[in-house]
Amino acid sequence: MDQNAEFEARIARGETIEPKDWMPEDYKKQLIRMMSQHAHSEIVGMLPEGEWITRAPSLRRKKILLAKVQDEAGHGLYIYSGVETLGADRDSVTHDLLTGKAKYSSIFNYPTLTWADIGVIGWFVDGAAIVNQTMLAKCSYGPYARAMVRICKEENFHKKQGYELVAGLANGTKEQKEMAQDAVNRWWWPSLMMFGPSDKDSPNSPQLMKWKVKKESNDTLRQRFVNLTIPQANAINLTIPDPDLKFNQETGNWDFGEIDWTEFYEVLKGNGPCNKERLEARNKAFKNGEWVREAARVYAEKHNVQ
Amino acid sequence: MSSENLWEVFVQSEDGAPHEHAGSVRAADRELALQNARDVYTRRGKVFSVWVVRADEIVATSPDERDCFFDPSNDKIYRHPQFYKVPRGVKGL
Ligand SMILES: [Fe+2]
Ligand SMILES: [Fe+2]
Repeated sequence: MDQNAEFEARIARGETIEPKDWMPEDYKKQLIRMMSQHAHSEIVGMLPEGEWITRAPSLRRKKILLAKVQDEAGHGLYIYSGVETLGADRDSVTHDLLTGKAKYSSIFNYPTLTWADIGVIGWFVDGAAIVNQTMLAKCSYGPYARAMVRICKEENFHKKQGYELVAGLANGTKEQKEMAQDAVNRWWWPSLMMFGPSDKDSPNSPQLMKWKVKKESNDTLRQRFVNLTIPQANAINLTIPDPDLKFNQETGNWDFGEIDWTEFYEVLKGNGPCNKERLEARNKAFKNGEWVREAARVYAEKHNVQ
Repeated sequence: MSSENLWEVFVQSEDGAPHEHAGSVRAADRELALQNARDVYTRRGKVFSVWVVRADEIVATSPDERDCFFDPSNDKIYRHPQFYKVPRGVKGL
């Protein structure tokens, strides 16, 4: 049997592919692309929320937000370490993000305008991430799957703290409720876009599903997220901004309206509200950290402890 | 070539448990590697101990040699207790 057929057979049997195993170049290439994008999303995802750490309304909330943002840094690092097992060079992966060559989830190119956004991000954005990452925890590539298992254990806290925050505002004063509703209105559609293009326009999906890198399609995952979230919104009397939203008795799904794909592709191309700002922030952080990396390197050389 | 060394991280979740591979970190030296490993892999839950080891110091089997490398242990059924016959009714064996 040639190597490729053997590989396909291993995938078909549901075996896990490990770093030293033979794999088709394209499997490796797609995984590096997908995992780097995922890692970059965790890292860039720290920015919109990080902006609110100093403005959190209580010490309790500040501690929660700090812990959450720190988790996202950890998530990025788990996945970068997974990318490295495929032979990708860490410095060039970082370089691709800083130069804008690599992509990251477009959700993080939207601004966090009010405190309610912090709650809605935990509820929607981490909620959507959970749906996606739970699927990826069964991915055929071992290091990616294991990183996802680790991440999924931490994400539930992210979602729950967000929902608690929003529920508090929704039961608060008139102004607080309006603030919560406004955040829901702004984040709903971008959150649905997090699952990527619709199945019929998703060029990489069929191959990734064949390789069991992804086990379910973008549209399936998106529907699961909608079904999970609508009752949660209803429970705290917030309205999802979609006039076409309707429970379908036959399928048991919540049918929803058409996503504005023009907006999706515009943000992806770099024309979202915060694309430029996010890249600048990452470059600034990298530049400001240079002396620390340099000092650690020199110390290690001098004391010969590297 | 990356600017910092790669270290593999092993975490022991509780007293008496084995150290399990958690992932890896980049760090300039062993002390920073241990601190990075703590920050990245042990932010919550039970942790008893952490090991870090330079990734290039690990020696591992190769998938191509798996069959012949582990072959010696596959054909010795007498290493298992099920191999042995004992008179019916005898207990405690
Ligand atoms: Fe995350
Ligand atoms: Fe998260």
